[in-house]
Amino acid sequence: MKKVLVILALLLAFPSAIPAQEPDDPKLDERVQVFSEQLRCLVCQNETLADSQAMLAVDLKQQIREQMKAGKTDKEILGYLTDRYGDFVLYRPPVKKKTYLLWFGPFILLAAGLYLLFRYIRSRRSQIHEEPLSAAEHARALELLQKQSGEETI
Amino acid sequence: MRYLIPLVLFIGLVAFLAIGLGRDPHEVPSPLINKPAPNFQLAQLHDPSKQFSATEMRGKVWLLNVWASWCVSCREEHPVLVQLSRTGSVPIYGLNWKDQRQDAISWLSELGNPYVLSVSDSEGRVAIDYGVYGAPETYLIDKNGVIRFKQIGPIDQDILDKKILPLVKQLNQ
Repeated sequence: MKKVLVILALLLAFPSAIPAQEPDDPKLDERVQVFSEQLRCLVCQNETLADSQAMLAVDLKQQIREQMKAGKTDKEILGYLTDRYGDFVLYRPPVKKKTYLLWFGPFILLAAGLYLLFRYIRSRRSQIHEEPLSAAEHARALELLQKQSGEETI
Repeated sequence: MRYLIPLVLFIGLVAFLAIGLGRDPHEVPSPLINKPAPNFQLAQLHDPSKQFSATEMRGKVWLLNVWASWCVSCREEHPVLVQLSRTGSVPIYGLNWKDQRQDAISWLSELGNPYVLSVSDSEGRVAIDYGVYGAPETYLIDKNGVIRFKQIGPIDQDILDKKILPLVKQLNQ
């Protein structure tokens, strides 16, 4: 117990004896956090780099942090990462020839769906046979309508 | 005709799903294939006073194998590497990734050391340069220092016989 107290006292007397991690810089932390939310963790692929505590993710975040400190722009850091890990690290893949189908495929499907729907509706219209009322039916319909409106006014 | 279109669509969907099932989602294609291998200079595992640099391997076809004593699949791969090192067909160099030096050395003395030498990448910086995201990973590097093949995950006899050794032979010509 005494030993513990002595250690505690020493730690309080020399706060630097507690192994400090990085000097606090909330702004930089925030930037690393926001930046790494757009990146995929390669170890657990459904997690963002920001959320992941995998060893590699921690190392990569450290790299990002250092590069930000060194004044690199976000674009440069993204380049650094895609040079090594490919576009796969990006949750938002860049628009290029290889990804055209990925980006525009859903719109093509939507257009095809709309076209088919339109065609179907039109074909249905031609299936409906419009038979005009005969003179007798017309007269009967008129009679019914007049009767009803007569009742309403009462 | 009425049933043909849905049938064709269904077969198409099944084909896509079948291809998807056959793929390993953990295999991320490396952008480094056919690019120069990133250079590094690291301390050797067994003799930290000595450095080793990738440029020393110019003019040789060699394998760079990323391993660690904490890595389970490396243990699985290890006998294949030991066997390969006995044949002498291609020199294997080890990148000991984020490991404790003592653990790594005792791991090798226990299981055998297939490496000409290993270097310690304790901070994992070189591994990041090589786009490593899991061990083991192995790079085949040609005489000009260009990465020609990358194996993600353990090498087995099949991959060795069908992919790596034929490519080594071709690169050595």
